[in-house]
Parts: sequence; C-alpha cells; structure tokens
Amino acid sequence: MTSPSSAIAPLDTARIRADFPILGTLARGKPLVYLDNAGSSQKPRQVIEAITRYYESENANIHRGVHYLSERASELYEGTREGARRFFNARRAHEIIFTRGTTEGMNLVGAGFAQAILKPGDEVIVSTMDHHSVIVPWQQACIRSGAKIVAVPVTPEGELDIEAYVRLLNERTKMVALTWVSNALGTINPVRRIIEEAHARGAAVMLDGAQAAPHLAVDVQAVDCDFFVCSGHKMLGPTGVGVLYGKETWLDRLPPYQTGGGMIDMVTIEQSTWARLPAKFEAGTPDIAAVVGFQAALDYLEAVGLDAVAAHEHELVSYATERVAEVPGLRVIGTTPNKAGVLSLVMEGAHPHDIGTILDQEGVAVRAGHHCCQPLMRHYGLSSTARASFYLYNTREEVDVLVGALHKVREIFS
Amino acid sequence: MDLGALYQDVILEHNRSPKNFGELKESSGTAHGRNPMCGDEVTIWLRVDGDVVQDVSFVGSGCAISKASASMMTQAVKGKTRGEATKLFEAFHGMVTGHPMDEATLGKLKVFSGVSRFPTRVKCASLAWHAMKEALESPAATRADSAR
Repeated sequence: MTSPSSAIAPLDTARIRADFPILGTLARGKPLVYLDNAGSSQKPRQVIEAITRYYESENANIHRGVHYLSERASELYEGTREGARRFFNARRAHEIIFTRGTTEGMNLVGAGFAQAILKPGDEVIVSTMDHHSVIVPWQQACIRSGAKIVAVPVTPEGELDIEAYVRLLNERTKMVALTWVSNALGTINPVRRIIEEAHARGAAVMLDGAQAAPHLAVDVQAVDCDFFVCSGHKMLGPTGVGVLYGKETWLDRLPPYQTGGGMIDMVTIEQSTWARLPAKFEAGTPDIAAVVGFQAALDYLEAVGLDAVAAHEHELVSYATERVAEVPGLRVIGTTPNKAGVLSLVMEGAHPHDIGTILDQEGVAVRAGHHCCQPLMRHYGLSSTARASFYLYNTREEVDVLVGALHKVREIFS
Repeated sequence: MDLGALYQDVILEHNRSPKNFGELKESSGTAHGRNPMCGDEVTIWLRVDGDVVQDVSFVGSGCAISKASASMMTQAVKGKTRGEATKLFEAFHGMVTGHPMDEATLGKLKVFSGVSRFPTRVKCASLAWHAMKEALESPAATRADSAR
C-alpha cells in the first residue's frame, strides 16, 4: 500500500543529532536535554564548518575591494541574500535586508515609520501576546510620532481575539505589528486572515517571525505581509544575523536606519544621497561570517524540510502535553491546539525559577522567566513560566527526562 | 552539585510560610527591588527608631530562594542597629558571592551558603537585602534617625 503524497516521513532524529556536536555535552554531569530552542537553537556541524571555512580561506570585507578574497566574500554574502529570498519566497533578492536579528529589524521599520509614515492621530496595532521586541519599538515609534498604540487582547486559551482585532482596525490604522508564532505560548496566529483584514483597511502588516521561521515553512508572498523579520540564531544559524523582508515599495518609502559606509550613493560635507536597496539599509561592515553560516543553516533546514520539522515538533509537544498532565499541580499556559513546539508551565507551590534550577541539575535546559512578554504574563496574572521548547533534534526520550525532572520538583516543593 | 545544599528545609519552610509578610504601618523607610530577568519583585518596609530597626516587613513575589531570603532577612534585621544591619548585609552578600563566610555574624543565615554555587540564583538571594539596605538609607529612614 502506498502512503498518500501528503504524508510526511518522520525525522531521523538519530541522524540529525549526530550533526550537532553540542548535543553530546554533559550538563551538570547528565546528558544534555536542550529544551531552550525558542531562546536559541543549537548549530549543526555544517554551520560551524561554514564559518570556520570562511575565516580560514574566504575572509575579507565585502563590496569594497577588487581583490580575490573581497570578491569571494561578496559572492558568499550576496549568495545568502539570494538563498534567503528563495527560502522565504520573496519576489526579489533586494527585498532581503540583513540585520543583527529580529529586534534590529523591528527597530529599523519602527524608526522609519516614526520618521516618514506615522502622523499624530494615526494608530498602530500590536498584541498582548507580542514579544517586547515588537511592543517596545512600536510603542516608541508612537511616542515619537504622536500616533496611538493599541493592543489585540488574548483569549484564555492563548489565541488572539480576532473579533476584537477586526474591531480595532480602522482608517487611522497604519501598521499592524504582530507575532506570527508566540515565543511564550507557542500559539500559531492566523496571519493570512489578519493580513487580509488589515489590507482591506489600508494598513501595513509587519510579522515577527522569530519563532515562525525556524519551525514552519514561511512564504512571504503567500501570506502577503508587508514586512517580516526573523533571527538566524533561532533557526540553526549563528548569532549576529537576521533577516528583514520588506516589500520593495515599502522599503523605498522608508528612510535609512543607520547611516555611514556602504549605504550611500554620493556624499558631500553637507548632504548625502542613498544607495539603492538593499545597501540603503546595511550601513557599515555587517557580520559577514554569520551571514555565510546562515546560508548553511538554510541549506540544512531545506534538506530536512520545514514541513517535517513542524510535524515532528507537533508530535513532541502533543506527547509532552499528555505526559506533563501526570505531574500533580502542573498547569500548561497556552492550550490552543494550534501551536508550535512550546510548552509553558507553572506549578502550584513552585516558582518557575526554582523549576528551572532543579531541571538544570538533571541536565534539562529550559527557560524560566517572563520570556520578554510582560504584558502577556500580566494577562495571565503570572510573573513568569518555565518554558520547554522543542526543535528537530529533540526526542520523546528527552520529554521523558523532562517529566522525570518535573516529578523531582514536585518532591522538593510538595 | 547537590540540590539539597540549595533547597534546605529551613528555606523551603520560609518559602511556604514567610515571616513578617505584609505592609508595615507607620514605616520610616521603604524600598522596592526588582529582578528584570525573572520578574521577581520585593518591597521592604522598615521602622527605624533612633539607631534601631524596630520593625521590618516585606511583600513580594518570587522564587523560593528570594522569598525565603526576604523572610529570614526580616527576622535577622529586626532589633538590630543600623550598623549591625549593614554588617549583616555585607556578610550575607559576601557569602552568596563566594567570599569566606563570617559565620559569627551570619548565624542562621548560613543556610544560604549553597547559593554561591548557583551563580544564576545569587540575585534571587540578595534581592531583599539590597532593598533593605536601600530602605535603611532612604531619606525618610534617615530623617527618623536625625529627628532624635
């Protein structure tokens, strides 16, 4: 019997894990169980080797020299731009801007809107679920421009209240900046619908893709977002590189974020004109090695397949949700079925920080804290949660270790 | 590392039933401490009479270490002179940051010595102590002193 073409083959985690040298580490004398992937993912050998190779045989500044190495480095750097274009299905390579990460991309667009687009009386919509890296740049853009910031509320299950969102939209709305996948809850937001509603009222949409890009197939043209940002280090790549995608028409309207070398057309002492996209938004020497390593990460994810990654994580988080229900006093925050591989936990009588320390002694790495989501924590009446977040190399056996460690927490705090 | 060294019974007991928990009426000094990394918060109230800390209380939300530390800090500081309270702060801070322990000064507070082996938890243990010191040095508390 043949399987249907839509079926996704399960990941060969043993083979995948062999590509990640760090997974062999002992943490506190125990085999590392790395469940802080929403914080930062680990890197496969292919990424580490690409960075080493770059520094050993390809390193020079880009776009500045006529010599062999500069040409080689420029080729690699621009090659990654094309790679990212393909990966996210942007129309044109110059719609891909390299940043330091999601935060910088958000600030770049926020500052540009504050300077060139937003007027007093305009409105910007964010959500209670958003990461501080969405809320704070847009809040500051509103303060600087006199625009008003409003937030889409969140339901008890941890979904965006879409009805409330539609009511918030009006002819003054200029920007809707939202998290695609919640880093604190795992909720996958219905971005297609959100964008349609915004566009119907003439508002632009910027998606925080920090947790979407690593875990699901992103097609910026299909969702039709105006801006999209993500971070390389959460998707198997190095720190120091992120992507800002913007529709060409929007990027052309925005002023430069930083100025200096590499982003000019002509400079006199009194004034300057700007280079075309993408150089206009890439002042100074970027983290070239990180960009080169990022391509290796994109290649790796492409080879594995994002649909397979998403299916694997869904399976793990379902199994984990089932297993943690056995631990007395434990509660999952964010219970929508529509979620990525994130399990946010609170335990009666045990603070998340204590949970984190006890898990750490078992070799289990989770994040304890507010996850840069203080408004969301406030919504739930919490100061923090303990968050386990899964990725393509995690296994059911690791979930079992997590559950065993949670029972230990229970023993200490019963 | 042994979890037992961190989560001693005394600490767990103070976490469950903290002492001197609640706002102090007629305080002479107050201070707020916050750990932005984990969202722990504590507020300390002091009533200083002359040179003596007559009463001290706290309200806060946080992990077992921060709550127990706040609770035991209030017990340790109550009835002490300003100088003694400051000396306790220094002894406690020294202990959790891995310096040689001043056992004579610390007394019961020695149960927190395990914290020094958990670098990420040092802030939790010292949060209430920093707030206490700030409250002790706050203008209101100083006025209560100089009014004598």
